[in-house]
Amino acid sequence: MTDFTPETRPNIFLRAWDSDIAYSFRRSPLAIVAAVVSLIIIFAAIFAPWLAPHDPFNPASLNLMDGFTPPMEPNAFTGNVYWLGTDDQGRDIFSTILYGARISLFVGFMAVLFAMALGITLGLIAGYRGGWVDSVLMRVADVQLTFPSILLALLIFGVARGFIPPAYREAMAIWVLIVAIGLAEWVQYARVVRGATMVEKNKEYVQAARVIGAHPTKILVRHILPNVMGPVLVIATIGLALAIIAEATLSFLGVGVPPTQPSLGTLIRIGQGFLFSGEWWILLFPALTLLALALSVNLLGDWLRDALNPRLR
Amino acid sequence: MLAFILRRLVQSVIVMLTVALVAFALFRFVGDPIASMVGQETTLAERAEIRQALGLNDPFPVQFWTFLSRAVQGDFGISYRLQQPVMELILSRLPATLELALISGIMAFLFGVGFGVYTALRRGNWLSGSIMTVSLIGVSLPTFLIGVLLIWVFAVELQWLPSFGRGETVYIGDWWRTGLLTPSGRASLILPAITLGLYQMTLIMRLVRAEMLEVLRTDYIKFARARGLSNRAVHFGHALKNTLVPVITITGLQMGSIIAFSIITETVFQWPGVGALFINSVRFVDVPVMAAYLMLIALVFVVINLVVDLLYYAVDPRLRVDRASARS
Amino acid sequence: MNMLLTKARSGLLMGVAASALVLTSVAAHSETIRWARVGDALTLDPHSQNEGPTHTLNHHIYETLVGRDIDGSLTARLATEWEISEEDDSVWIFRIREGVTFHDGTPMTAEDVVFSLDRARTPPSGMAALHAAVEDVTAEDDHTVHVRMSGPAPLYVQNLTNTFIMSKAWAEENGVEVAPDFAAGEEAYSVRNTNGTGPYRLVERDPEVRTVLERFDDHWDDTPEVTEIIYTPISEAATRVAALLSGEVDIVQDVPVQDIARLEQTDGVIVSRGPENRNIFFSYDMTSDSLASSDAEGNPFATPEVREAMSLAIDRNAIRQVVMRGESQPSAAPLPPFVNGWTEEMDAFSDPDLDRARGLMEEAGYGDGFTVQLDCPNDRYLNDEAICQALVGMMAQIGITVDLNSQTRSLHFPLIENWETDFYLLGWGVPTFDSQYVFDFLVHTREGSYGSFNGSRYSNPELDEKIQALATMTELEERDALIAEIWEEVMEEHIFLNVHNQVLAYAMRDGINLDVHPENQPHMTTITFD
Repeated sequence: MTDFTPETRPNIFLRAWDSDIAYSFRRSPLAIVAAVVSLIIIFAAIFAPWLAPHDPFNPASLNLMDGFTPPMEPNAFTGNVYWLGTDDQGRDIFSTILYGARISLFVGFMAVLFAMALGITLGLIAGYRGGWVDSVLMRVADVQLTFPSILLALLIFGVARGFIPPAYREAMAIWVLIVAIGLAEWVQYARVVRGATMVEKNKEYVQAARVIGAHPTKILVRHILPNVMGPVLVIATIGLALAIIAEATLSFLGVGVPPTQPSLGTLIRIGQGFLFSGEWWILLFPALTLLALALSVNLLGDWLRDALNPRLR
Repeated sequence: MLAFILRRLVQSVIVMLTVALVAFALFRFVGDPIASMVGQETTLAERAEIRQALGLNDPFPVQFWTFLSRAVQGDFGISYRLQQPVMELILSRLPATLELALISGIMAFLFGVGFGVYTALRRGNWLSGSIMTVSLIGVSLPTFLIGVLLIWVFAVELQWLPSFGRGETVYIGDWWRTGLLTPSGRASLILPAITLGLYQMTLIMRLVRAEMLEVLRTDYIKFARARGLSNRAVHFGHALKNTLVPVITITGLQMGSIIAFSIITETVFQWPGVGALFINSVRFVDVPVMAAYLMLIALVFVVINLVVDLLYYAVDPRLRVDRASARS
Repeated sequence: MNMLLTKARSGLLMGVAASALVLTSVAAHSETIRWARVGDALTLDPHSQNEGPTHTLNHHIYETLVGRDIDGSLTARLATEWEISEEDDSVWIFRIREGVTFHDGTPMTAEDVVFSLDRARTPPSGMAALHAAVEDVTAEDDHTVHVRMSGPAPLYVQNLTNTFIMSKAWAEENGVEVAPDFAAGEEAYSVRNTNGTGPYRLVERDPEVRTVLERFDDHWDDTPEVTEIIYTPISEAATRVAALLSGEVDIVQDVPVQDIARLEQTDGVIVSRGPENRNIFFSYDMTSDSLASSDAEGNPFATPEVREAMSLAIDRNAIRQVVMRGESQPSAAPLPPFVNGWTEEMDAFSDPDLDRARGLMEEAGYGDGFTVQLDCPNDRYLNDEAICQALVGMMAQIGITVDLNSQTRSLHFPLIENWETDFYLLGWGVPTFDSQYVFDFLVHTREGSYGSFNGSRYSNPELDEKIQALATMTELEERDALIAEIWEEVMEEHIFLNVHNQVLAYAMRDGINLDVHPENQPHMTTITFD
């Protein structure tokens, strides 16, 4: 933040990988473990179709009689053995976790991107323009906060049902979920970006750019945005964990992805019903996966927050 | 000052109206209330009649206007589901939610501040590292699962605490029913309060830690140290005191989302508060209750926002309406 | 009928004798039952809602003219005898029990019965549909009531098992002469206050939280062993089971099927189970030209071969074994075994035959399969969503790609009501215990009061005529023959893809004896203690 010459500012990727951060990363074993765990889960999720022994999302490949097979034990009827057992529909838990993590991560990443895009855009506009635009946008943000995210998602789901023709509902469910979760989170980005923009816009280099006639969009993107990427990245990391958990919470309330293509959250919601019936593996393994994923992403977020805070270096 | 308050009030009213409008517009998509209101023998013609009688066929602006003009007088109609006046229903459930929110808020605040201070002062030590990591579990598992697991361990296996409900309650005054004055009421509060407060505690702890770390770096603290003050005096007399202002603000602002988040906790623990009432109403498409609940949440937020704004204004006129940095 | 009457009378005498004896031992022996189930009664008004849990609770406070025993037969309650008038076969005569008092101490008379039946059949009462054929109700003397029907109605008495009798004077005093109206905007007195003749009196009512009933000592019948009932709804299944395991409640209704086996093995917990009067089945749009949610050419469900293929592809035993954990009665016909018209042959189904099913699909011109959306409730029946999921897999075996749309009941049922679903799951109970009820609502062409749940759009004028004829037939043998004839046609047409008959389970503290009621209306009066 000491460099005021626009031309020589390194781009954000380089900034993210500058030596201070890399150094801090090397010094933090927790961050390394968290990064490794999240990378393994993300990798496993992306390559689920190649890694998973079964395709739990293909109903034709399921045999109901395989249901409730305990881990590493042969099924009483079919004799099939599964590493982590099967659930109530005869789906291999291991495969379903990989596919489920894929859904959860997709929802998480897309929701964060959506919230980020919306929040940053509105934040920049509000901060840069100020005046009534700012007032209106911030009031909208207040209204948004007034609507608790869970309620918002419930209602968006309801509306989507009203608009989307029946044939597309199943396919659209995941996008509705993304919009619902994303919409609940944009305010944070907007507030941070707006605050930073208001500070930055009065600085000399921005004034200078304005004087030489640079287009406002260019000023915002080239000069102001890079300055707020740090805090935004922190919010986004924590936001990813939040979005994954929010998806799980919504599935508890009965809205979310179709049960034939369960996310991690849906798996936990289903598994929770078997807590007292003795089929512990249906809950335990998806829950551990979700915990590992959310925990490591959160830890990364924590580390990033400290690492990006220049005063704590 | 007066102009500022007036402007804020007008804005609050606009916010309330918008919430009402949005909520009301969305209800028509939540489901058909008639389906849950009548038995399976009811003919289609009779169903249509009930729909007509309830005004569900009126044009949207008419429905909205009817709703608003009644709501202003505090009349939200009667519940489709429980056939009771909605206001009475919500008021009878509100104490349960408020007590739960308050206790879990206090717990979250005390533990959050305590852990936050410790982890800030002992940065890098293994215990503070573990506290930081373990506290993250609270935000890394969905609330409903935490609740169910607590029930399993403490109610079923250990049988220390009740698994559901509010225990025995007594009246304070005419309508405030409290569980805080009976042993079973207090015992019933523990598990739901932990479930609800865990998330807030993590949040507060992180905030306190971050603020403490910031404050400890300031010249002001350095001067205090230079003056020879003890660590204790510096940490608690100076650093923490400075930290608490934003923390209290944010905790206050979080009150609304605690109430909203209580939906899940109340459902899991069969806690008879407004959150459980709301979620049952959603399932039943009990529009009057849903509408009133959302208006209540909106009101809580607006009031909290207003109070915070006024406090800021009173404390520091320069801050004016801009408090974005304090919030984020 | 006669046998029942004698039984009821002797029961009455014994009741009087027993209550005299019991009075002394009551004080020493008091038993409280803490009873939990998924939801609360919606109201305590006796006629406002025609809904299971509401009736179940109200049966403890109010009483009906006739009751339903756990074997499905009728029992004498406030009516001691009932018969069709010999002079006019459209008049029902009820003899009203003597010596019955309301909880407020006033005696119950024929006037109260007339008032209650009139209240029940007048909108906005939720019970009106069951009394649609009633012309007028009159009191002949203090203990005789005549109900005049619009024509012969041999089954009318079956409709009375949930129509409660309330006090006329009490209703007038409190301004609740008609059932509460949602549009009225204010709460009726009868929603949270009661005055019935039932075995229990209302002590405390906190909707959705806690309802407390205590034994009414001036009740006419046998004195029940349970002296106090504390009723608490617990909506989350896991919490409900936890409350029983931790000893916080004594009886749990609505036990999740997967927990039954485990609960049975738990010390201090027993499970009572029995068949419910409710069938679970799939049905489909058989008549539209094309399906909104399908890529198929034309309407595949209109082809008999496709419907037959589907019935050959469903593995009912696997659903029973895995999804229902053995807790269901698989059957091919959507009719519980208690119901008049049921035969063992109708229940019979063959094992899945995928080769033949695929052959039929080929024959029908859908050898390459098709896609369709299945609409399914996820909070209405036992494991409803899991049953639908299992079907998705089974249909995939014969090339039918099913997209599952599972949602809450308030969104699901309007789809059937508005004909907005191509393929759906529905559960159907038969409160009258007669096949006609099934035909009226599910088979008859949708018109007037008929066919409101006929989501298949099936329409067969010939069959409609037969169904309408059932309503007024008094010659029972002839009538049963016609019912069999209609069923044959319905089964032939594969209008329903039936899955099973639901089985209910109540879990309770060891030492309590309570049998499962086929309509899921357990009576705490029937509880005995070891």
